[in-house]
Amino acid sequence: MMFATVAVAILVSLALVLSRAILGPTVFDRVMAANSVGTLCVLLLAVVGFLNGRPDFLDLSITYALLNIIGTIAVLKFFRFGDLGHSGDGPTS
Amino acid sequence: MTPLIDILSWISLLVGGAFIVVGALGLVRLPDLYTRLHASGIIDIPGAGFIVLGLALQAGWSLVTAKLLVLMLLIIFTSPTATHAVARAAMHMGNRPRLANTEVEPSKR
Repeated sequence: MMFATVAVAILVSLALVLSRAILGPTVFDRVMAANSVGTLCVLLLAVVGFLNGRPDFLDLSITYALLNIIGTIAVLKFFRFGDLGHSGDGPTS
Repeated sequence: MTPLIDILSWISLLVGGAFIVVGALGLVRLPDLYTRLHASGIIDIPGAGFIVLGLALQAGWSLVTAKLLVLMLLIIFTSPTATHAVARAAMHMGNRPRLANTEVEPSKR
């Protein structure tokens, strides 16, 4: 019962964040919304695992969290430097 | 499962859900990229933290709690990193924050 309530809250939040990802004015809004979608997806996987009585879904959650951070950093580095192999521009930049 | 732990877990899950909905609402309603980054942090740290705490209280002392702890640790370390990367890339591309006092020249960094 309580898990279903939290799952519905996460789904409503996913709809709101997806609307921001669709109509965000800059690309950074979209990247940030994609990151939030990833976090909400991780939480939804965990809650649905508990809802069905199968907490093994937590392994999938951990995998999604790892993929989420790698995707966000890769997209941002691409948009900032133009290629993924750039070594950055030093600590002061 | 004692009733006290159960009630604490329900309260924690509800508070986490409320934080997540508030953060998503802020992500839609706030006017600027940098204020929206704050709303994204609301989703990541208090929302996910309270929900994971509620799930851990439901699970008790087991392997599931250890997995939840690893998951929350991962979110705690990666969410500020992603937020910082977004803000730094936006500043680098010339996206300045909106200020209340527009006559003053915005500071360089």
